[in-house]
Amino acid sequence: MSAALEIHDLKKQFRSPGGRTTLVVDVPQFEVASGTHVAVRGESGSGKTTFLNLIAGILTPDTGRILVNGIPVTGLGEADRDRLRATTIGYIFQTFNLLQGCTALENVELAMTFGRGADRDAATQLLKQVGLSAHLHHVPRQLSVGQQQRVAVARALANHPSLVLADEPTGNLDERHAQDALKLIRELCGANGAALLLVSHSPSVLERFEQVVSFSSINRAAVAQPQGVPA
Amino acid sequence: MSVTPSASEQGAGATLPAAHSGAAGVIMLARRSLRQHSLSSAVTMLSIALAAGLVMAVFSIRAQSRDAFLGGAGNFDAVLGAKGSKLQLVLNNVFHLESSPGNIPWSAYETVQEHPGVKFAIPYAVGDSYMGARIVGTTTDLFDKFEYRAGRKLAVQSGGRQFDMGLREAVVGAEAARRTGLTYASQFHPTHGIEQNEASHEHEEIYVVVGVLEPTGTPIDRVILIPLEGIMRMSGHILRTEDDDMYAAMPGEEIPDEVKQISAVMIGLRGPQAGLDLDEQFNKRDSGETLAFPIGAVMAELFDKLGWMVQVLGLVAILVVVVAGSAVLASIHNTINERRREFAILRALGARRSAVFSIILLESGFIAAIGAALGFVVYGGIMFVAAAVIQRQTGVVIEPWKFNPVLAWTPPGMVLLGLVAGLIPAAKAYSTDVATHLAPQT
Repeated sequence: MSAALEIHDLKKQFRSPGGRTTLVVDVPQFEVASGTHVAVRGESGSGKTTFLNLIAGILTPDTGRILVNGIPVTGLGEADRDRLRATTIGYIFQTFNLLQGCTALENVELAMTFGRGADRDAATQLLKQVGLSAHLHHVPRQLSVGQQQRVAVARALANHPSLVLADEPTGNLDERHAQDALKLIRELCGANGAALLLVSHSPSVLERFEQVVSFSSINRAAVAQPQGVPA
Repeated sequence: MSVTPSASEQGAGATLPAAHSGAAGVIMLARRSLRQHSLSSAVTMLSIALAAGLVMAVFSIRAQSRDAFLGGAGNFDAVLGAKGSKLQLVLNNVFHLESSPGNIPWSAYETVQEHPGVKFAIPYAVGDSYMGARIVGTTTDLFDKFEYRAGRKLAVQSGGRQFDMGLREAVVGAEAARRTGLTYASQFHPTHGIEQNEASHEHEEIYVVVGVLEPTGTPIDRVILIPLEGIMRMSGHILRTEDDDMYAAMPGEEIPDEVKQISAVMIGLRGPQAGLDLDEQFNKRDSGETLAFPIGAVMAELFDKLGWMVQVLGLVAILVVVVAGSAVLASIHNTINERRREFAILRALGARRSAVFSIILLESGFIAAIGAALGFVVYGGIMFVAAAVIQRQTGVVIEPWKFNPVLAWTPPGMVLLGLVAGLIPAAKAYSTDVATHLAPQT
């Protein structure tokens, strides 16, 4: 059985408006086994989001190879990368990124329409699982931040992904809600058999994981570009 | 619609699962956005409706009035009247507009009548009116020989009859009856002159309505027909002999032909050659009369003169369309920046660029489609007002819902316009960079 995520020699650099190039991601080797939960410790600005966006196919690397569930993301065209995101990858953001005009139910259903097909019953069931059965028809601004993140978690799992990417998922939550959200993410990933790759700088989050790696240990660019160096 | 994964681009044993097109999501998001921006959507729809209504009305009225004026003469081919403008002759005697250029002697009528190429000649005497409806003195030939449309002769509504040439009787056009209130057996005093003003006065004679015409949709609907001699014998009407001697007709006394005067002769021809003959006879020689032939050509000339006005109207309509299209573009374009994040989120969820593009096109197309549908309301409004005015002024009946190709191509044209106007904002949405618009970077 192939790994949920395999990375080889991944490099991504950005060009500043001044023409300077900065290497942001340089990951020679990284792997997440199917169904496992891996936490990555990384500070803000270390290139974590870029790393996750590369895995999700939102950004394309300069060089290297990424395989999600055995599928080479780096060999796919844009439309197929979209399809991969829609069907195989769930993405949870620090800022939730819910559609503000849509209800909780619509947010989950909408994700389904681009993936494995809209299924109102399944969406309702998912929201029940995350404890929002009383809030199906509430729009995000009618929900607490904790509830909003739970909608986002349900949405990420809506298409039964084999890999869930979570980018500081508890960053906007207080300690109690953070622990609840984390528990929920791990429970749902476990129930769906999805692998979880979570990045965070919060010790209380990281201590819950059996597998914790430091981003600087896998990303050579993060070591080469420590914070505080004048531009 | 699901997409089948293509094997070539996948690794060994790994399959890229099929995904739905997201059409349901696209429709839902387009609808939600229209609702969210309901005021600007409604205003934009209204501008499209105005544009569609105006375009349809301008082109429909133009086509219908052109048909009505060019074909309004029925089977009259020519008009003979006093020397002057052919257009005035036609407008006065066919459309019952303007004033008569003057009188011609009875002998002119006889000359026309005797020409072998003339199928029929009907004398008209005009100049009186009743409550704004013009009175035309004529003969019963008008009922028997005139066809206002191919094969359609004037018909008196049931219960009525044609007037008796020797009596003070009148047959009233449908529109004239409606406006004056004259019905079968009504009595009235004709007014001298075609307008009711301080200078006009009533004639002593009392006329009795013996029939009301079935509506024809032509200018004849607006007039009151009485026997030709009734005009000549009307109190205060002075006839003149060719030597300019005055003659006032006395009751019971036959009017000698040499003093009879009429306003015009309405002529039906057997063929165009007869028209050329008469043209030679009256126009090319110094005859004192003018022949307007062919009537259609005279009216076409008028339309050519009015052409610039029609073109200006058409131009205004097109400009309104351009403005409406720009309104669609602007109203949707304004929402794009605030929605960048939404598009980025959708893309992160796996929506393709084309899905985001479709959302915008769907919105602009929908606005245009609803606007075009509402355009028929605007069109109906304009047409009913315009039809009423045109009928009152000219007697020409404009049918608001008469089919014109413009009614068929305007709605799809407006939808196309909406889609084209949506292209620029859609392209902007299409090009949204996902990574930069998703969220604050960590």
